Amino acid sequence: MRKTYVLAALIAGVAWLERNALADGWNMPVGVTEVSRHVHGLHMTIFWICVVIGAVVFGVMFYSLFRYRRSKGAQAANFHEHTTVEIFWTAVPLLILVAMAIPATATLRDMYDASEADLDVMVTGHQWRWHYDYVGEDVNYFSNLATPREQIDGTQAKDANYLLEVDQPLVLPVDRKVRLLMTSSDVIHSWWVPDLAVKKDAIPGFVNEAWTRIDEPGIYRGQCAELCGKDHGFMPVVVHAMPQEEFDAWLAERKEEAAAAASGVDRNWTLPELMERGEQVYGTICASCHQAEGQGLPPTFPALVGNQALLDDLERHIDTVVNGVAGTPMPAFSGTLNAVDIAAVITYERNAWGNETGDIIQPSTIQAQLSP
Amino acid sequence: MAPKHPPKARLEHSENVAGGAAADVHEAHHPSGPLRWLLTTNHKEIGTLYLVFSLTMFLIGGVMALVVRLELFQPGLQLVRPEFFNQMTTMHGLIMVFGAVMPGFVGLANWMVPLQIGAPDMALPRLNNFSFWLLPVAFLLLLSTLLMPGGGPNFGWTFYAPLSTTYSPPSTTFFILSLHMAGISSILGAINIIATILNLRAPGMRLMDMTLFVWTWLITAFLLIAVMPVLAGVITMMLLDINFGTSFFNAAGGGDPVLFQHLFWFFGHPEVYIMILPAFGIISVIVPTFARKPLFGYASMVYATASIAILSFLVWAHHMFSVGLPLIAELFFMYTTMLIAVPTGVKVFNWITTLFRGSITFETPMLFALAFIVLFTIGGFSGLMLAIAPADFQYHDTYFVVAHFHYVLVPGAVFSIMAAVYYWLPKWTGHYPDERIGRWHFWLSVIGVNLLFFPMHFAGLAGMPRRIPDYALQFADFNMASSIGGFLFGLSQLLFVWVVIKCIRGGVPAPAKAWDGATDLEWSVPSPAPLHTFETPPDLRRVAS
Ligand code: HEM
Ligand SMILES: [Cu+2]
Repeated sequence: MRKTYVLAALIAGVAWLERNALADGWNMPVGVTEVSRHVHGLHMTIFWICVVIGAVVFGVMFYSLFRYRRSKGAQAANFHEHTTVEIFWTAVPLLILVAMAIPATATLRDMYDASEADLDVMVTGHQWRWHYDYVGEDVNYFSNLATPREQIDGTQAKDANYLLEVDQPLVLPVDRKVRLLMTSSDVIHSWWVPDLAVKKDAIPGFVNEAWTRIDEPGIYRGQCAELCGKDHGFMPVVVHAMPQEEFDAWLAERKEEAAAAASGVDRNWTLPELMERGEQVYGTICASCHQAEGQGLPPTFPALVGNQALLDDLERHIDTVVNGVAGTPMPAFSGTLNAVDIAAVITYERNAWGNETGDIIQPSTIQAQLSP
Repeated sequence: MAPKHPPKARLEHSENVAGGAAADVHEAHHPSGPLRWLLTTNHKEIGTLYLVFSLTMFLIGGVMALVVRLELFQPGLQLVRPEFFNQMTTMHGLIMVFGAVMPGFVGLANWMVPLQIGAPDMALPRLNNFSFWLLPVAFLLLLSTLLMPGGGPNFGWTFYAPLSTTYSPPSTTFFILSLHMAGISSILGAINIIATILNLRAPGMRLMDMTLFVWTWLITAFLLIAVMPVLAGVITMMLLDINFGTSFFNAAGGGDPVLFQHLFWFFGHPEVYIMILPAFGIISVIVPTFARKPLFGYASMVYATASIAILSFLVWAHHMFSVGLPLIAELFFMYTTMLIAVPTGVKVFNWITTLFRGSITFETPMLFALAFIVLFTIGGFSGLMLAIAPADFQYHDTYFVVAHFHYVLVPGAVFSIMAAVYYWLPKWTGHYPDERIGRWHFWLSVIGVNLLFFPMHFAGLAGMPRRIPDYALQFADFNMASSIGGFLFGLSQLLFVWVVIKCIRGGVPAPAKAWDGATDLEWSVPSPAPLHTFETPPDLRRVAS
């Protein structure tokens, strides 16, 4: 009678595990690459090993706790060692682990082999956005969180992809080996997409390698995994995988856009034009530190509004944005923004929120500094 | 291999030498009045100071954890800004590790090591006083950084550079200073414990006669001396990077941010064992008492502890699988990490075999010890999963890791300290702790702790990174459950405070040997233990076989 109950409970438990705990949304995703399927396989193998060992160990334990209660008149035995048993339970786990180490080693070797890639993408972590650069293709851009502030603050309903939406995803072709070169411009970040089973740290001064070959077109989402400061929770990774032809078309389009953006450098821009562009750049790039109204977060992030030292010294302002400030979180934007964007954002900072210098900075001025 | 006799059963022989008349002589030059606690060099009083300090820090660190759990109750930012959220997670970790768990174990060592080896006091009593009083100063300084401009430490308890150097708030220099002080305190405490155990054992007590609690503390003390200087080194390098223009960890100046992680984890991994080896000792003392049966595999317990300690120097980079180490290093650290699970498993098997064919009762200390065995083992299982490097790419820096280390540290290390407190309170106060409140405390804690930490496994596997103040919608249910569990667990600890205070005030008086199955030396002195015990060492030579 009792035994039936125990058995029923056991079956119910395993059934529950199968249905819920091992289901989507509760467990590691199987993912969409060969590597991710292997990783998932290792995960489930070691999980079941633990379940079986646990069942034996806890089984004996709870049996002893019920069977040898003093309240039921149990008398204590007096044994306290048994060499054979002790050797047995040292050796058996050892063998299980050796058996486990073999497939794990194979998968790891595979993950480390980034040779013969069809496409290289340089992934650079910034506080708090990712920057993608298609190596040799003249296409590069920032990928920013696209979830509106109102959703975070709770004044607007949250979308299904709350915090996992970006303005421009990383676009990759399917069925191609893509090598990802990871680095960082400031602190350590970590680029992670669970469906690809790729997580690699982006470390300043280092270039790390990872690779992936995606089987199915689709949109795959992940997040920065290494604490990188205040907005660590707000720098998602989104990968859009598409067939090769579609990818080629996309890349060509991006190249044209980049060329068009660069062409504006030579002409004279008006104040309203620069202000409009500058406001947009400021909102996606600068506001996370210097805040929406330029008020900053002193002492780490200085205010820009009413910052007289800065407003009196245009040279310094330009130098700060172009080259960054060593030893502080202020990055150099010379490598990541084009001359138009830099000119626009400096103009904006010098004329917004009551800063009324009237200064107009032309892209050509900035271009001169970028390529001396 | 193993000694031929169980290293116990020597109570009767020492009953007559304990405590008693000699104590009065000392009363005359014992500091009294308000300065008593500041100047005391008595191991029992210093032990009490450590324990009270530890409990205070546990409650402060706990409140910070509740701030975190409250913010994470629902998606969205409701209660705190991300800047402050990061300070709360960081301070919570630092306070629990360096302020609650470590001093808790040192307090237990202060009280119980001399009593378990038949020594009159610690070997270096003045040093003992100094090591304790460094701690309140260190932690007042650490807490005060929260009020400084730019706030307190916000870079995680692992304070990876350059987030903790170039990008850190101005208060970081004070954080470094306070950690230096806590570190010196630990080193001095460890020296004291080693000196005491090696020099002051009662005549006739061989190393292999010592209780497991003394053994594990001896080994822990060596770990502390080996790795705290490495921590001191790495924070000094940070200090230089921040204030004197060096570039140890600054890539722009030719430095190496990964070097920081190697140094930190060379300290950090042994550190996590520093927080669990004394717990192993406590469980190895409590389980035999309430199973009324000698500890199974005493010798293999000692060897397992020693092998864990040695292996713990060879596994540090399992915290760094995703930093891009060479393949060969990755494999080495994967294999050593898998290996360290074996001696850990041996310990669990030994405890369970101790229960097998015992005569078991379930007093509060035993309940906590049994919960430790089960829940610590669950933490060990997730550790084993994390050891598989390819899978760790998916687990690393997610809530799965948070679940792992909280299972080994909360129902692990913290439960062991609670078990020890319930176990030894009769010796300390002369009264039994209230069994009814104790049970309530136990059951609410066990339910709370599992509701708090178990869902974190799922959140992590489903893809939730750790150390984020807001999260995507698919993690909402797990987080809500965790937060409810967190408050249940946190509030239940008020019962613990109540039990302890009640027990100090009064209760059922306890005899010298408060638990009928207990066999160690501390149960030969009266309860409460007089201020001075074993002034003439108990002579154990007659029982040695
Ligand atoms: C069976 C034994 C154990 C194994 C194989 C093991 C393995 C691991 C691994 C591989 C990690 C790194 C996970 C990652 O960051 O991706 C880890 C993290 C951790 N483990 Fe264990 N572990 C074991 C037992 C313990 C014990 C006994 C403790 C302490 C009482 C402990 C405390 C920690 C802590 C604190 C961390 C996380 C540190 C952090 O990143 O904040 N572990 N463990
Ligand atoms: Cu470790």
